[in-house]
Amino acid sequence: MSGKPYRLAQGGSLIDRAKTVHFSFDGKPMTGFVGDTVASAVMANGQRLFGRSFKYHRARGVVGVGAEEMNALVGVGDGARHEPNLRATQVELHDGLTAVSQNRWPSLALDIGSIGNKLSRLLPSGFYYKTFMWPRSFWKHIYEPLIRRSAGLGHAPEGRDPDTYEQIQVHCDVLVIGAGVAGLAAAEAAAASGGRVIIADENPRFGGLANIAAGSIDGQPQTEWVGTKAALLADAENVHVLTRTTAINHAHHNHLMLFERLADHDPALLAAGAPRHRLWKVRARQVVLATGAIERPIAFANNDRPGIMLASAARAMIKRYGVAPGVQGVVFTNNDDAYLTALSLKAAGIGVRVVDSRARAEGALADEARNAGIDVQASSVISAVHTTLGGLNVDSVKIAAYRRGQGRVISERQADCDFIAMSGGWNPALHLWCHNGGKIKFDQSLQSFRPDHHRDAIVAVGAANGTFALNDILAEAYAGGKSKRKAPKAQQSEQKPLEPLWFAPATGKYNEGNKHFIDFQNDVTAADLELAQREGYESVEHTKRYTTYGMATDQGKTSNINGLGVLSEATGKAIPEIGTTTFRPPYTPFSFGSIAGVLTKPLFLPVRRTAIYEWHVENGAIFEPVGQWRRAYTYPRAGEDKHSSINREILCVRNKVGLLDASTLGKIEIKGPDAAEFLDRIYTNTFSTLKVGRCRYGLMMNELGFLTDDGVTVRLAEDHFLMHTTSGGADRIAAWLEEWLQSEWTHYRVFVTPVTEQWAQFAIAGPKARDVLAKLSPDFDLSNEALPHMSFREGKLGRYPVRVYRISFSGELSYEVAAPANLGRGLWNEIVAAGEEFGLEPYGTEALHVLRAEKGYIVVGDETDGTTTPIDVGLEGLVSKKKADFLGKRSLEQSHLKAPGRKQLVGLLTEDPNEVLPDGAHAVKTVKDKPPMETVGHVTSTYHSPTLSRSIAMALIQNGRARMGETVSFPLEGKIIRAKIVDPVFYDKEGTKQNV
Amino acid sequence: MLLIKCPVCGAEGDETDFHAGGQAHVRRPATHDSANITDEHQRDYLFVRFNPMGLHFERWRCDRGCGKWFHAARDTVSMEFKAFYGITELPPAPLMEQAKGPWAEYFADKKT
Repeated sequence: MSGKPYRLAQGGSLIDRAKTVHFSFDGKPMTGFVGDTVASAVMANGQRLFGRSFKYHRARGVVGVGAEEMNALVGVGDGARHEPNLRATQVELHDGLTAVSQNRWPSLALDIGSIGNKLSRLLPSGFYYKTFMWPRSFWKHIYEPLIRRSAGLGHAPEGRDPDTYEQIQVHCDVLVIGAGVAGLAAAEAAAASGGRVIIADENPRFGGLANIAAGSIDGQPQTEWVGTKAALLADAENVHVLTRTTAINHAHHNHLMLFERLADHDPALLAAGAPRHRLWKVRARQVVLATGAIERPIAFANNDRPGIMLASAARAMIKRYGVAPGVQGVVFTNNDDAYLTALSLKAAGIGVRVVDSRARAEGALADEARNAGIDVQASSVISAVHTTLGGLNVDSVKIAAYRRGQGRVISERQADCDFIAMSGGWNPALHLWCHNGGKIKFDQSLQSFRPDHHRDAIVAVGAANGTFALNDILAEAYAGGKSKRKAPKAQQSEQKPLEPLWFAPATGKYNEGNKHFIDFQNDVTAADLELAQREGYESVEHTKRYTTYGMATDQGKTSNINGLGVLSEATGKAIPEIGTTTFRPPYTPFSFGSIAGVLTKPLFLPVRRTAIYEWHVENGAIFEPVGQWRRAYTYPRAGEDKHSSINREILCVRNKVGLLDASTLGKIEIKGPDAAEFLDRIYTNTFSTLKVGRCRYGLMMNELGFLTDDGVTVRLAEDHFLMHTTSGGADRIAAWLEEWLQSEWTHYRVFVTPVTEQWAQFAIAGPKARDVLAKLSPDFDLSNEALPHMSFREGKLGRYPVRVYRISFSGELSYEVAAPANLGRGLWNEIVAAGEEFGLEPYGTEALHVLRAEKGYIVVGDETDGTTTPIDVGLEGLVSKKKADFLGKRSLEQSHLKAPGRKQLVGLLTEDPNEVLPDGAHAVKTVKDKPPMETVGHVTSTYHSPTLSRSIAMALIQNGRARMGETVSFPLEGKIIRAKIVDPVFYDKEGTKQNV
Repeated sequence: MLLIKCPVCGAEGDETDFHAGGQAHVRRPATHDSANITDEHQRDYLFVRFNPMGLHFERWRCDRGCGKWFHAARDTVSMEFKAFYGITELPPAPLMEQAKGPWAEYFADKKT
């Protein structure tokens, strides 16, 4: 039948036959109508084959009507706008659309991977544990790459996403999800009570399955009724109406995410700059789930062939899109609803017969079918599906007599057909109900689960609640929407109950060459589930993981209950005893773009810049990220590489004078009568004894006794301190101080104020530092007597109000000068000008780090790793023995922190002075030919020191301080570096340089 | 996504606007009886936490609001918040009565 047009001469409530749309599928030009989906349009062009299955590469066509579609996954769009794995049943057609099939090579009709189908004995459940195991080395290099290439979905888009996305947060009184009859009725009822209502539906139009359902409401056809209600809601001031919007997730306290596709259906909107997707974060007082139900396939032999679809999907093809699913069909059912499909097919002039597995096919709909001249066979199942070459098209079926529970075929006969519409009953769409712990119960009449109770304010109405009769749906929905008005009356023929059919026996011996698919997308068959049972994977959660049933992108929408039915028959246990697997969000996949929203590019992580940032840029700085800050790393001149510019900067500080932008240094003001006592609790050393105008280096531990931050704190006044923290620790330490003040020492009268960004701060370091400052007309005495090392002055440098701290992280004579941030750039310019005659150069963070390493100063985060104590780094002298309490004190006394063998900070000098150890390299006890080797410690900082003209390193080595002079070995790729353990202070041990 | 209300500034928002600070009412031995703390006391203070099914008491910080710490009583099964109260306060008396297991023990001598 392939190649012939399948568009019927009339019908199709959603399409506009006056508007032709040109599109392509796998490069083949095709036409459709406005209102078509890719699924309906491609089928209208006579093509049924949409893709290849994941594992066996079997030919597959459209099965579903909407979100449940598991086979017809297509990639849509070109280049950076390509989006893979979209359900063809949900992609709206527009002019110029390009769609491609997936998981096939070299082409859809001729697929080499389908050899997987022949090899299926090698690919049973859990095949990755069983076959392809030997020889062992083959898995990584041969089997896995091969299997990965042949199993897969679509391809990721290429290039940067050109579109914009956004997010919105809203609150509402009632959120109605799903706008079929039940959802519209609930929303109408909720809106009448005056609250703020949002109603969202994943489809472009409201109405749900009303356009393929039977029955009327208040004497109106359902389609008219839903049209009227949708229009009323759109006009209501307190109702927000969202189409093309899928509720993807329900979380605690009624927080939901809705995924709105604003422009996918219309490239003109995208071109005009509309956001492509919008992610709604909704907090609702009440949620009404009107998500409807999803039809179940039937597990019969080779039930996955192209042309076999759900009865609802076949009906939708005719009634919505005017597309024939074929010319001669079989409706295979265990319920009455599928008779509506048979009647629709008949009315459209398509040949059809009904195969009903129930003992008797009676009732209004079966009678109607017979009266219409449709052949109805009860007590029958489809026992075989015959196809054209390659499994591409159905050409006939075998129909066998069947009694409930019968395991094998006794008699059968053949019937020609080119499509099958199957219906195994309907499953309420419980996904959102279950996302956040909603309980469900098994319903015998549905042979499926329905909502039971939920801890959140959420109610399910209509088919989502397992209610299928129109009058009951309306009553339930009006009640769910909290309406005092009476629900309208509906007219609909009564349906007879279904009989469960979990497995239709196949021609011949069980499962020879037959596959009863349960999970189509992951290629899981009834036999796979039974095999898992036999192999001991008895819990349904184990079966699921072993076979991957229900784990595909459709999250088991069509497979979950059918799988439970198979397991129930295999184990003899009732379905509720087997349990059910978890439904996880999202309901359908959604875009990464919508998750990012507008927080991309510069907004992804806003950059913090100091007042001097532009100067750094103008002067050729290379930047490095420090937290959110960008700090100047070094300032290479023309012809210099990084290494030589860093060396130049270091030597300039050592021999002349350097200027560093230290504005990122954390600054916290601590003020109040109890400030000194508070700091005594926070630091390991004592600050209450610090004199006004003096500075002291302090260490902070956390309560575990491990170093967490360090820095110089200044006493500005009796009750006023300025704490410096590491650049990266500023926010964390401010929050930490607040936490202790608020929750532990609540009686302290202390304010903590972070002021990092209020001050621009520069280090002027080097032998000529005082000369530079003197040229800037200070209104205070700069002499060593008046402003000695570790002291502070507030005053003026010319016009600039400044705080000057005589502190040094380089070991040189050094002043840190802080000015209000808005004056920072001006002061910086003046320092640069004043320094010119003294050879002042700016230096960056790398020079800063080498300078401090030469002096053996630690950096918290380099020399410490969260398990390092002050004693480990040789700063025991800064841990008070007098104070009764400070953070970490008691933990530091714990026996294990006092035990011998801890790693201690030492210096390292490599035997070859030109060899720089790699950062993090491990020293080993004994060098062996290959790992494992026992480590005795690791390098924490390592540099080439231009001052010493050789390499230096700091390391944490077991019992390091007792091992001075020993040599340790670092085995590296292809070589062994040997280094001598020495004192970590490499330069000016006496500290004479900084005290001049 | 829990919905939380700060008892200090009254701001109500998503849990991402707040910062979870673990179990409430952990007593720091060094503040209260620094003279005599065994390694076991210190270990319990640092590492041992209640993990009840049902009523639980925890610390939260109003991260995007007033910056203050506060206490919350939450049912770990239903996820329902039973009370928000000050960081220096004990839970409302009826909740101390309802508390079970280690929490009942903890509150035994604190009820008035």
